[in-house]
Amino acid sequence: MKALRKLLDNIKPHVSKGGRFEMLHSTYDAFETLLFVPNKTNQNGVHVRDAMDMKRNMIVVVMALVPALLFGIWNTGYQHFLALGQEVTFLETILHGVFKVIPIVIVSYLTGLAIEFAFAQMRGHEVNEGFLVSGMLIPLILPVDIPLWMVAVATAFAVIIGKEVFGGTGMNIWNPALLARAFLFFAYPAQMSGDLVWISGLSTMEGVDATTGATALAAAVEGNIGSFPLWNSFLGIIPGSIGETSTLAILIGAVILIFTGVASWKIMVSVFLGGYFMGLVFNLIGINSLMQVDAIHHLTLGGFAFGAVFMATDPVTGSRTETGKWIYGFLIGLFAIMIRVFNPAYPEGMMLAILLMNTFAPLIDHFVVDANIKRRLKRAVVKA
Amino acid sequence: MEHLLNIFIKSIFIENMVFAYFLGMCSYLAVSKTVKTSFGLGVAVVFVLAITVPVNYLLENYILAEGALSWLGAGFETIDLSFLSFIMFIAVIASMVQLVEMIVEKFSPALYTSLGIFLPLIAVNCAILGGSLFMQDRAYANIGEATVFGLGSGVGWLLAIVGIAAIREKIRYSNVPAPLRGLGITFIVTGLMGIAFMSFMGIQL
Repeated sequence: MKALRKLLDNIKPHVSKGGRFEMLHSTYDAFETLLFVPNKTNQNGVHVRDAMDMKRNMIVVVMALVPALLFGIWNTGYQHFLALGQEVTFLETILHGVFKVIPIVIVSYLTGLAIEFAFAQMRGHEVNEGFLVSGMLIPLILPVDIPLWMVAVATAFAVIIGKEVFGGTGMNIWNPALLARAFLFFAYPAQMSGDLVWISGLSTMEGVDATTGATALAAAVEGNIGSFPLWNSFLGIIPGSIGETSTLAILIGAVILIFTGVASWKIMVSVFLGGYFMGLVFNLIGINSLMQVDAIHHLTLGGFAFGAVFMATDPVTGSRTETGKWIYGFLIGLFAIMIRVFNPAYPEGMMLAILLMNTFAPLIDHFVVDANIKRRLKRAVVKA
Repeated sequence: MEHLLNIFIKSIFIENMVFAYFLGMCSYLAVSKTVKTSFGLGVAVVFVLAITVPVNYLLENYILAEGALSWLGAGFETIDLSFLSFIMFIAVIASMVQLVEMIVEKFSPALYTSLGIFLPLIAVNCAILGGSLFMQDRAYANIGEATVFGLGSGVGWLLAIVGIAAIREKIRYSNVPAPLRGLGITFIVTGLMGIAFMSFMGIQL
């Protein structure tokens, strides 16, 4: 430890103001605060001390994502060997998953962090921790067979156009991870949808029945939801994007997030309520096979649970007023199921529903704040 | 009834004037700095669209289109005045905008000053003429459908402009890179809003 501290102290003069590598100061700063607790204290003004700074906030979210990641790794291997029809040991399953999933995670982190560091140097601000979460979210919402260069392109798009042009972490309007997915979805639909991309290696396998690779939602369109019982989709033993299949693993993450107070339980609850409500309404109408899918079952399919817990609750892009959170979440759930049912081209409604409500979150906040002001003005009677 | 509702929903979300056709961009970009003024302009656009589309519908079907004049007598059945449709539509729109301007000036002078030149410029707002031309192109069956379409297109435009106004109010505090401040970031925001609205593309009602 001491040697490390000494090394950092030796470098410090070079990167401080007036030093030879002054432009690299935020890189240095990022590594220093990553390795040691910063001893900087505020010299003037009122300030609040809280152990939950941004770094810790973000790390909690990453930890909450770990169950979904681990399950995704196992499921990748499991689905692969299931499609091949081979019986393999647990270790082999995991290894296959690791070799498939970890490269995507690494590419996403490398691309995103490189851009973040470059922007921090150029614009002279600190390297922000926001990408720690986005870099983990991006791999988890992609199909496992995605080419790595696409991951890099999408990450670059999301970080630059989605975040840095607005001024970096905390100022973006749309969730960067979802923008990355939406970008890929519209730019390279062949690699992002269909029946072949959800199981690793399925597109190159020979003699394998391609229909085994359909996601539950694609099957539901055909009326085959019966082959995806509720219990399987709750546990997540179904094809799908890497981290989104297991509702159970996601709920473990949700418990961590709610317990630590990092994410808003109001948004999570209202998203599920909205989705359940819309599912019930469609059950009553029930004119096509997707409408007949049980409302509870809807909540465990596709990216619904993942989006509700990890995407909709993003404190930057979501509504910030307390009343607004209920409206925002409810509408996400509503639109997600509605797009899923009405739009045959996009079985995955969650991504677009969240992006849509991200767009209108500032408007919801505006009207909530406006209503508060009006209510209070009415209450305050000024005596002449 | 259900049919009218379909047209209404479709013109708001699926065939949104701003995000599906990128019409009416000039006032959309210029007046979207605060939610309050953009709401006022949006309501004015809704009003103008909801009146001009049905009026132009009557013009189109009883005067301009080929054979539309047949109600005058048998000799008029071959007359085709559709080459006049642009100028007639614009004339109707311009007079309606004059009307709106007078109403706004009378009842809300504050809004009148904050909208400034963009209020009379509604006359050349492409979303308004676009509404009438889409009406002509899609050949709606009766005046009810045309009215609902005009109303829906206006509401869609209103939604778009208050949406971006709220976003612009929010990013006023963001550390946007200097070269992108103002219009640049607004264009980027519009594009990203377009991606979000892609969710409705291809929905069959």
